[in-house]
Amino acid sequence: MPTVIKVTGLRKNYGELRAVDGIDFEISRGECFGLLGPNGAGKTTTVKMLTCALPLSGGDITVGGMSVNKDPRGVKYILGVCPQEVNLDPDFSVLKNLIVYSRYFDIPYAEAKNRAEELINRFHLHDKLERPIEDLSGGLKKRLLMARALINRPKVLVLDEPTTGLDPQSRRQIWEEVRGMKSNGLTTLLTTHYIEEAELLCDRLVIIDAGKIVEQGTPKELIQKHLDGKGNLEDVFLKLTGKHLRDE
Amino acid sequence: MNNTCIIKNISYRAWYMWRRNIDVSLVTWKTNVLPPLLEPVLYILAFGVGLGAYVQKISFDGRAYDYLTFLAPGMIAVGIMFHSVFDTMYGAFIRLRYQKTFDAVITTPLSAEDILAGEILSGATRGLFAGAAILLIVTLFGLAAYPSSLLVLPLAVLAGLMFASFGLLFAALAPYIDNLNLPIFLFINPMFLFSGTFFPLDGMPAWVKLAANLLPLTHLVNIVRAATFDRLHAGLLWDLLYIVVLTGAVAYLSMTKMKARLIK
Ligand SMILES: Nc1ncnc2c1ncn2[C@@H]1O[C@H](COP(=O)(O)OP(=O)(O)OP(=O)(O)O)[C@@H](O)[C@H]1O
Ligand SMILES: [Mg+2]
Repeated sequence: MPTVIKVTGLRKNYGELRAVDGIDFEISRGECFGLLGPNGAGKTTTVKMLTCALPLSGGDITVGGMSVNKDPRGVKYILGVCPQEVNLDPDFSVLKNLIVYSRYFDIPYAEAKNRAEELINRFHLHDKLERPIEDLSGGLKKRLLMARALINRPKVLVLDEPTTGLDPQSRRQIWEEVRGMKSNGLTTLLTTHYIEEAELLCDRLVIIDAGKIVEQGTPKELIQKHLDGKGNLEDVFLKLTGKHLRDE
Repeated sequence: MNNTCIIKNISYRAWYMWRRNIDVSLVTWKTNVLPPLLEPVLYILAFGVGLGAYVQKISFDGRAYDYLTFLAPGMIAVGIMFHSVFDTMYGAFIRLRYQKTFDAVITTPLSAEDILAGEILSGATRGLFAGAAILLIVTLFGLAAYPSSLLVLPLAVLAGLMFASFGLLFAALAPYIDNLNLPIFLFINPMFLFSGTFFPLDGMPAWVKLAANLLPLTHLVNIVRAATFDRLHAGLLWDLLYIVVLTGAVAYLSMTKMKARLIK
């Protein structure tokens, strides 16, 4: 399978802090790739550089052969982004959020309306169509963020903690969707703290800590390598990143 | 992704950001449409009818005018300023810091420059709407000469771009929303009072005149007043030039500063 995302020597400094400190990985077409790490590891910073929301301090990222440094617009046209922080437009209803967002991708109104309706059904948002965003529960907001990320029919989906704060039902529903999209050949980058989520969804993953990759492989490989095939990915995670609290 | 390509990075997509902001104004249209229409009526009552009863005639440019006639173009200019500067100053600050709107849009094909140009355009649209609304009211009271007063409309767009750029600059420089009181106190309120809006600058001491001529609103008032009085003359080209140059400079500066804040 051809490489869709290629990250080389990626760095981000915030003053003295090296939030991302030289990481490399590649994601093939159709793969679901996990970015795991404790709080403050540099997951969101990596995602933001990939989605052209942050300039790089060093290295490069290419998406579909386009560099985020040279052709950010080209990259952004093929990305679907579900951010960690909810940034829906509070001034608009559910439907209008999707319509306005689709405009940014040059999608004509009639087409946008079709796509929005399809996504509204798929993510079970129809009860709340005309509701202002602040009336929605956390789970619904995440579902709407997911729907919004798909409005431009992206080739690459970037999900930054898509299930954090969700109840088991909503979480399962998001998992179903990610699986479904994977079977449609969508390439996905997923960050998460839920190790079972990574075990369930990710073909391959990297574990990062303090801006550096500490381990990579398939979930099976990691369990095999570090625990002789006994135990689960969470034990591997704790073994590699230690038990102390982060971001203090 | 550096500042030298601010202009190169602006595309037609700036209109998508403009559309978004206009759509928001339409959702809350009652609170946006009524103030520019009602404010001038209040001014006319307070200053024209109330204060005007004590002020006989105002002499301006060698002629005598009713106080209300003198005040009308000042109201138009002030309306353009307030509506466009506040739209970006508070609006953009809130979208940046609280609503995270820019964070959402920056991962779509819009560049930071598209977003910020869209902000300035929608601020200018507010200015145009306010200018047109006040002109309408003033016309109904018989205080504007035509066709020269029609010049107010393109002027409102230009001045709207200028004041919206100032607003964006203040939003970019303010660490907290409360800091925005400072430019209001130091810049906007002095302009409101000392730009020849309420009284002619002719009688003021030389240093006040000089200071007033540094303020952008003074130049807008000069042209708007000449338009509503039907007294346009070539000397106003200097006022126009001042506004054009300042608009370009502040738009550039505000986008540079805001971009640095948006993507760091
Ligand atoms: N704008 C910023 N300025 C300074 N430091 C920052 C900024 N954004 C993030 N950081 C720091 O960079 C480091 C990495 O943060 P990042 O948000 O990428 O972590 P994360 O892996 O996404 O964590 P979490 O799991 O909590 O979301 C942290 O130490 C964070 O405090
Ligand atoms: Mg994060």
